[in-house]
Amino acid sequence: MSFEAFLIVSAILFCIGLYGSLARSNFLAVLMSIELMFNAVNVTLVAMAKYLAPAGLQDDLSVVLTGQVFAVFIITVAAAEIALGLGIVFAMYRTNESVDLADATQLRN
Amino acid sequence: MLFQDIVFWLLSLVAIGAALGVVLVRDLFRAALLLVVVFVAVAGLFVMLSAEFLAVVQVLIYAGAISVLIIFAVMLTRDVQQGNLPNRLQFPAVLFASLLLAAVTMAAVDTQWEFLPESQQGRAELVQTGAVATLTGETLAESGVTAPEEQAELQEAGLADLLIGDFVLPFEAVSVLLLAALIGALVLVRPRTGPDTGSSSGPSTGSSPGDG
Repeated sequence: MSFEAFLIVSAILFCIGLYGSLARSNFLAVLMSIELMFNAVNVTLVAMAKYLAPAGLQDDLSVVLTGQVFAVFIITVAAAEIALGLGIVFAMYRTNESVDLADATQLRN
Repeated sequence: MLFQDIVFWLLSLVAIGAALGVVLVRDLFRAALLLVVVFVAVAGLFVMLSAEFLAVVQVLIYAGAISVLIIFAVMLTRDVQQGNLPNRLQFPAVLFASLLLAAVTMAAVDTQWEFLPESQQGRAELVQTGAVATLTGETLAESGVTAPEEQAELQEAGLADLLIGDFVLPFEAVSVLLLAALIGALVLVRPRTGPDTGSSSGPSTGSSPGDG
């Protein structure tokens, strides 16, 4: 279970999420795929925090936690994003009677 | 080490398989449930990376809160059964995603990573697990850290220290972002009844986040 293995697993997760967010037509499916991508990035950050030598390691040992701090921020931003995204889903469903992204044409032209 | 390898590959297979299920299964409700499986598997990966605090946060926020929100949204919107249809971009999306995967994999394998020196690995792991478990003098002595000043340094280092210390500005910014997002979500889902009905309610709901 080397560092590269973690990177490759998270790259696979990220690309699955990327495919899902590009190729699905349902808004909720796209939101779920975006959550997959957030998780993949978090795995990468935490793996880097564990395996790699950060700058300034000699002065202060707590820099080995920087990757985890970034992951905490990403989790918070993901929570904000999903709250707002679901609000948009509900608003769209109320006006369109559908959550298909092809039907979201109000802002076109 | 062998046991850890087995657990790692098991968790990875579960995560990747469930993630494929999320994007391929037609029934959106099942996709949401598979998403929970991905979240729990990723929490397991966090434990393997000695990030126990993040694993707990992952289970609480992702598997607990976000998945419940998504399942609610799936059940409140009607077209669940035939919901997860692919759009016309199917083939370009597969091509783009696999090209990106190949590029990232090559970069990950080819890069000369600057690994943490052997001598620091034990102490780094102590700091990272110390984010949840309070490091007492005895546990540090068991791990071979006996010098008092070194013990103090390890006990001081922690996730909360960094969050409120070096990263206090992003921390506050993120909390403001969270507040703004929640107010925005409330405004978006507010029922359109009230003193102003009809066509004028659209613009007024759009501008209220700025007022708050």
